[in-house]
Amino acid sequence: MTLLVADHLSVGRSGQPVLSGLRFALDAGEVLFLKGPNGAGKTTLLRSLAGLLPVLSGTLTLGGGILFSGHADGIKAQLTVRENLMFCAGLQGEFDVRDALETWNLSALADRLVADLSAGQRRRTGLARLSLSNAEVWLLDEPTSSLDDASVHLFESVLADHCARGGAAIIATHLPIAAPRHRVLALETRTKADVDLEALW
Amino acid sequence: MKTLILRDLKLAFRSGSGFGLGLAFYVVLVTIYPLALGNDPVIISKTAPATLWIGALLAMLLSFDRVFSLDAEDGSLDLLLTSNLAPVSVVFAKLTTLWLTSGLPLVVGAPVLSVILGYPAGGWLIPTLTVGTIGLAALGTFGASLVHSIKRGALILPILVLPLAVPSVIFGTLALHRAADGGDVLSAFAILTGVTLATVALVPLAAARALSSA
Repeated sequence: MTLLVADHLSVGRSGQPVLSGLRFALDAGEVLFLKGPNGAGKTTLLRSLAGLLPVLSGTLTLGGGILFSGHADGIKAQLTVRENLMFCAGLQGEFDVRDALETWNLSALADRLVADLSAGQRRRTGLARLSLSNAEVWLLDEPTSSLDDASVHLFESVLADHCARGGAAIIATHLPIAAPRHRVLALETRTKADVDLEALW
Repeated sequence: MKTLILRDLKLAFRSGSGFGLGLAFYVVLVTIYPLALGNDPVIISKTAPATLWIGALLAMLLSFDRVFSLDAEDGSLDLLLTSNLAPVSVVFAKLTTLWLTSGLPLVVGAPVLSVILGYPAGGWLIPTLTVGTIGLAALGTFGASLVHSIKRGALILPILVLPLAVPSVIFGTLALHRAADGGDVLSAFAILTGVTLATVALVPLAAARALSSA
């Protein structure tokens, strides 16, 4: 099943195109890695796919719900880990966060204020909402930055579970992340040029 | 939406600046103003509607900037806008929290301050300021949605919002003046209510649009 189709998509900031002519599809169970130097347009593309930036031209078809996680963790420093997760769960009408705390090794930190956590622990708290969401398409921007090796493995296993259940993800990253079925979209040389991923793969 | 309102109220309590700050500013402002007017109880009592309204306006202005900028900084706004909540609901929740944390304390404090100013018709303060501050909170939410992605947006926010507050200030103070003189309060109050209702109805749509296109 195809979860996301981009056809001749142009994305940019303030009306200025950064990437144009993008064509790619994302199937269930698949991970698409966005690679490229700073400024290649990875974040711009992810934010546009998430609907946070307007698409300049072309069409974007979504076959499922999306979950976006950007550079910032999207968690509140004045709330505890549990309260932050309860809020994310509450947004979709759920209230049980024990499994997510367990999965992300956060049970011991559950009642600590996020302000008192390390950068890696905050990132884990931010990522824990992946386990609370039932969105099919994950759009993640540098999800493993500031994570230690054990937490990266944790993330990889959660990602593998998600793909096994028929989910998919688009991940912008500089760091190596293991994923079962994946492709790489390299943005470096084709910036501002037409990218036809289907022709490449 | 309830989840978001409850979280924001909790945050306002935790950070300590939510409820008290605006009210403290209001009390200080309303107490200083008569000192500038000179030692004439008649003038102070006659200008009380202006003092109470301008004070409320300035006190509310303090909290407008934080409506979206804090959430924009830590990524929560991205989370909200990509969640199941419609942008309009996000705006409406923010508007509700803004009024509860910055408008409601002023409404509660105003009758006490009106005694200090010697304003005779304190009974009309609560309805006019309730309706008025809801309208101001809506305008503030709209202004905040326009500037949330601009650094130092707090500086242009008052210039955007204050002119829009003119109708509320005119009819809000008119109602209070008439209440003091025994005139027709209801017609001024009805117009004030109309202004607020129109603002509250239109603002979430405009603000939602501003948020999703930034």
